[in-house]
Order: sequence, then structure tokens, then C-alpha cells
Amino acid sequence: MADPFMTPELVFIANSMKHVLKLLSLLVVISALWIGLLQASIIPQSHTWLLPIYFIVSLGCYGLLMVGVGLMRFPTCPQEALLLQQDIAEAKDFLKQKGVDVGSD
Amino acid sequence: MDAAKNKYSIIVPTYNERLNIALIVYLIFKHLPDEDFEIIVVDDGSPDGTQEIVKQLQKLYGEDRILLRPRAKKLGLGTAYIHGLKHASGNFVVIMDADLSHHPKYLPSFIQKQLETGASIVTGTRYVTGGGVHGWNLMRKLTSRGANVLAQTLLWPGVSDLTGSFRLYKKSVLEDVISSCVSKGYVFQMEMIVRASRKGCHIEEVPITFVDRVFGSSKLGGSEIVEYLKGLVYLMITT
Repeated sequence: MADPFMTPELVFIANSMKHVLKLLSLLVVISALWIGLLQASIIPQSHTWLLPIYFIVSLGCYGLLMVGVGLMRFPTCPQEALLLQQDIAEAKDFLKQKGVDVGSD
Repeated sequence: MDAAKNKYSIIVPTYNERLNIALIVYLIFKHLPDEDFEIIVVDDGSPDGTQEIVKQLQKLYGEDRILLRPRAKKLGLGTAYIHGLKHASGNFVVIMDADLSHHPKYLPSFIQKQLETGASIVTGTRYVTGGGVHGWNLMRKLTSRGANVLAQTLLWPGVSDLTGSFRLYKKSVLEDVISSCVSKGYVFQMEMIVRASRKGCHIEEVPITFVDRVFGSSKLGGSEIVEYLKGLVYLMITT
């Protein structure tokens, strides 16, 4: 079970960090990579400058896709309403017999 | 864990649930014939006579199986759970809604999942195959899905249904988590599960179906959305 990268110190830091700080650290790492790319000039500078925009747009598109797909696949259960009505009728019958007041809502 | 020795305390907060509380008690007894459990009704001074009905149910099922632990007035969900916890004698606690949107027929699957995996928390999810929602129109589904994607992206909560309130907890875990939660309403449910996830609790999910019986009162106006976003930001900063 032991993860060789997660030393006790790192585990402590990871566990006590508030989530917003984790997200910011991630952002810092990504920004550092981006600046590194800008300086190293492996990709032409003009393209590198646009990377953050591509990233944000991709993230937005991914989010919209997730919402759309989730909406299409949203699990529904129309038969449950019917089953519930049956359960309610059964419950009312039993309770009425036993003297519990289920007369009105 | 020796299954024969587990006791389940089912906390049901009520307000004006005169009919539903009787139905839900019947259904719980129907679906848990072999378990040791107690139902703790935390009623917030319902004017419709809910407590009278509970007393009738106590005569029928026994005062050791149905505990009535009322409060003087509406004091909020979080404190209702804390109040119920004080009277819980089980080693597991189930929380569920009284309006039959949570069906007791899923209780065995919660219990089974916990026994199989040894989880500290088993939470019901409406959003996976085998689960589902009935009674929501397209707009409602859209906002639900959008809210869920946003929460997943921002919080990495580790569960698929954050606002659900049909859950089974180990009693010690619930006591621990609830003491650090301060939110109200459904944000409270989110806070509980996110805090538990951050603490490293073993959380499992089971599919549940949710029949929304409060037709027409979708109550998802602008203020609800603002509440939700504020809740997300709060959880990002404090957990």
C-alpha cells in the first residue's frame, strides 16, 4: 500500500491543505510549465502565448460536454412513482387495520 | 464485524409529516425484518399532529423501536441530526428524509454494502445506473447536472451525488464529522460528505431512486443558485 512518492511529510501537507490551495498549486505548476515553454522556444512563441486560451476554452468545452452527456443519460425511474403508490396503499391498509390514523394528509 | 451484533439507528427529522411518517415507519419495518434497529423521530413541533401519529405508531411497534425525541420549533437539519444522535443507541446511524423521496426498500442495500466493504459511510446516489430521479423537468435536470459538474471540477469530492441526504454512517464517524460542519440546508449535506472525504473516510455509494413528491415547488430561483455557489466557494476554502 505504501506509495514511494508520498513521504510522511508530503502526506501531511497534502492532508492539511485546503482544497483551494491545492487548486492554486496546480495552477502555479501549470503556469511554470508554460513559462518554461515560452523561454525554451521549443514551440514557436506565437503559439505558446495562446496556450492558456486554448486550455481555458478546452476546459469550458469539456465542462459543457459533461453537462450535455450527463443530461442525455440522466437516469430516470418512472416506474418508481407507480411502485410508490402501491406501497402507500399497502401501508395505509395495514395501518388503518391496526388503528393508526392515516385518514388525511 | 459480526453482523449479528450491529444495531442501526435511523434518524428521521420531521415537520408536518403526519401521514408520511406512518407510511415510512411501516415500510422500514417491512424491509428490515431481520435487523436490529430503532427509528428516532426528531419532530420540530409540527402543528399538524405528527407527534400524535408517532405515539400511535409507538403503541403498535413498541417504544423501544420508535423513539420520539421532539423539539420545540423548527431548528434546522444539522441540529436535528445532532439531537437524534444523542439518543441513538446503535453503532450505525442512517439519515433519511421523511417525505418518502427516500424509499426504505434501499436500506438493505446500504447495510449490505457496508458489511461487504467495511466502509465508514455509505451514501445513496441518484446519478448512476440503477439509480434515478422521477418528477424533475428538463430545467431541473439541467441545473442539477450543471451543479454537479461544477462541484466535481472544483471540489473533487470523491462521490457522485453531493447533495443527497440518504446515508448510512458509522456512529463514531458521524459524530466526528458533524461536529465540524456549520452550513445549513443542502450545503450542510455537501459539507458533511466533503469533510468526510478530506479526512480520508472510506465512502461507498449505492444507487437509489428518488421520487420528488413536492410537485411544482422546484424552488430553483436565482437565490438558490447563489446559495449553492457560495456553498462551493466556502467548501473550497475551508476543506
